[in-house]
Amino acid sequence: MSDLQSLYQTIILEHSKERHGAATLTPLAEAVSRGAATGLSVAESHQINTTCGDEVTLRVSIAAGTVTDLVWSGEGCSISQASASILTDTLRGLSTDEARALLDNFREMLRSRGKIEPDEEILGDAAAFGGVSRYPARVKCAMLPWVAFEAALIETESR
Amino acid sequence: MTNIDVERIRNDFPVLHQTVNGHPLTYLDSGATSQNPISVLEAEQEYYEQRNAAVHRGAHTLAVEATEAFEAAREKVAAFVGAETDEIVWTSNATEAINLLAYSFSNASLGLGGPPARRFSLGSGDEIVVTEMEHHANLIPWQQLALRTGATLRFIPVLDDGSLDLLAAADVVGQHTRLLAFTHGSNVTGIINPVAELVALARKVGALVVLDACQTVPHLPVDVQALDVDFAVFSGHKMLGPTGIGVLFGKAELLADMPPFLTGGSMITTVNMQAAEFLAPPQRFEAGTQRISQAIALAAAVDYLSETGMDRVAAWEAQLGQRLVAGLAEIGGVRLLGPGVGVERLGLAAVDVAGVHAHDVGQFLDDAGIAVRVGHHCAQPLHRRLGVTASTRASTYLYNTTDEVDLFLATLAEVAPFFGVSAGATR
Repeated sequence: MSDLQSLYQTIILEHSKERHGAATLTPLAEAVSRGAATGLSVAESHQINTTCGDEVTLRVSIAAGTVTDLVWSGEGCSISQASASILTDTLRGLSTDEARALLDNFREMLRSRGKIEPDEEILGDAAAFGGVSRYPARVKCAMLPWVAFEAALIETESR
Repeated sequence: MTNIDVERIRNDFPVLHQTVNGHPLTYLDSGATSQNPISVLEAEQEYYEQRNAAVHRGAHTLAVEATEAFEAAREKVAAFVGAETDEIVWTSNATEAINLLAYSFSNASLGLGGPPARRFSLGSGDEIVVTEMEHHANLIPWQQLALRTGATLRFIPVLDDGSLDLLAAADVVGQHTRLLAFTHGSNVTGIINPVAELVALARKVGALVVLDACQTVPHLPVDVQALDVDFAVFSGHKMLGPTGIGVLFGKAELLADMPPFLTGGSMITTVNMQAAEFLAPPQRFEAGTQRISQAIALAAAVDYLSETGMDRVAAWEAQLGQRLVAGLAEIGGVRLLGPGVGVERLGLAAVDVAGVHAHDVGQFLDDAGIAVRVGHHCAQPLHRRLGVTASTRASTYLYNTTDEVDLFLATLAEVAPFFGVSAGATR
């Protein structure tokens, strides 16, 4: 596999087109109050990569310590958009502790400059971003939705 | 100029002779920053090895030699753009040059500089006019000046083909316009604006004219006197020179009446604990230790360009620019921003590849050793106007060959298939 193919693995290119979890977001205040009525804690985070203008807004719903729903809207390169798509598949249904542990593993792998092989057992489809870690300029792209998740999660806990 | 001349020129640029990702480097990002010929690198090194000293102070031999070389550089750059030597002010970059103007006018608006500076004073009811195609460097300083002074910022809109709406310009530039700032050549579309027509609009209402010449001074013969602009800015690193140096041209009679922006050492005559009197331009605007090696190296860059001949440089890049747009028109699913084949343009082209984000396009090209710029190129409003958030720009210079342009085009044609987008797809 060439470096470029390892960066743009088929699964990444597919997710960048399929965009799982992508939606037109309803007003946040509405979602928050509707969620509160049904025992859901809802929060969202908007992240921008200023070097290329990639944007992701990720909305997280938490019920009794479990990630019950993830929706997002955004625009950007295939890496950032695929990452958001894979994030929703990967984290939905996990406990917040599990989600945090997975996020830490993902971040550590991405920052390793190719030194840490992604663990498919832990990361699932997100392991496809292993090739990104050899492209320091693209790590931010892959991290963007995950940073949004982290920020939104903290916000649900502060409510 | 021919490809044979270009090969000779390329020998003068060490950085071009390297391999990137297993391919010979194809450098098509000179619109962002240009590369340096050996003579420029040597000029900077020679200065540090033999003449390094603070300028305009000290009586020792090195200080005298450094001052002479520094001022000779000013003379050379002035002659290169048709200005008088004292009309050239050194800045750190073109962005600082525009900020120097904006803050000087801001200071004038506070009453600094006394009655002579009132011609630069702005307030409520006054209008600053820019265009929708400006680089952020020629937009945000004016937004901020408007915020500080209460003046209104207006803009000349851009048409679908990327050119200025000159009919609208005649309305926008009116009796309240005090200042008209616009770019000579667009860093995105490669359009060269009709300076004479815009200057005429400003003159009719007595407005000052600021020309952003960053994309033209390096690539075309530019004569600021012939263009009759009041101020012009350009940067050293885009014209074969080093980073860290930019140039502000200002008509002598205007600079003479402007209050300073940065203040401190080297720009004063007498100082007491309450107040100071300032030197005449250009020193009034050059506070602190100057960019001496950069100015000297920039003069070497000007020598290199002059010896090559700016007419020849411009003709070669016009040829490369036309080859770019002609080739782009042949690639399905690629949209050129700005005018197409046959319209006068700089040697650059920015495109949107349908279904593939610019960042991914740039990554694909980089894998083939091709360096281009991706993103909004510091021109978000123009991109928004043209209906895209980002684009991929190839920009040439005197050291680029037609083969390099062809390689870029051939590689760009492979982008959509690699990303699984059928040519002609829309986003």
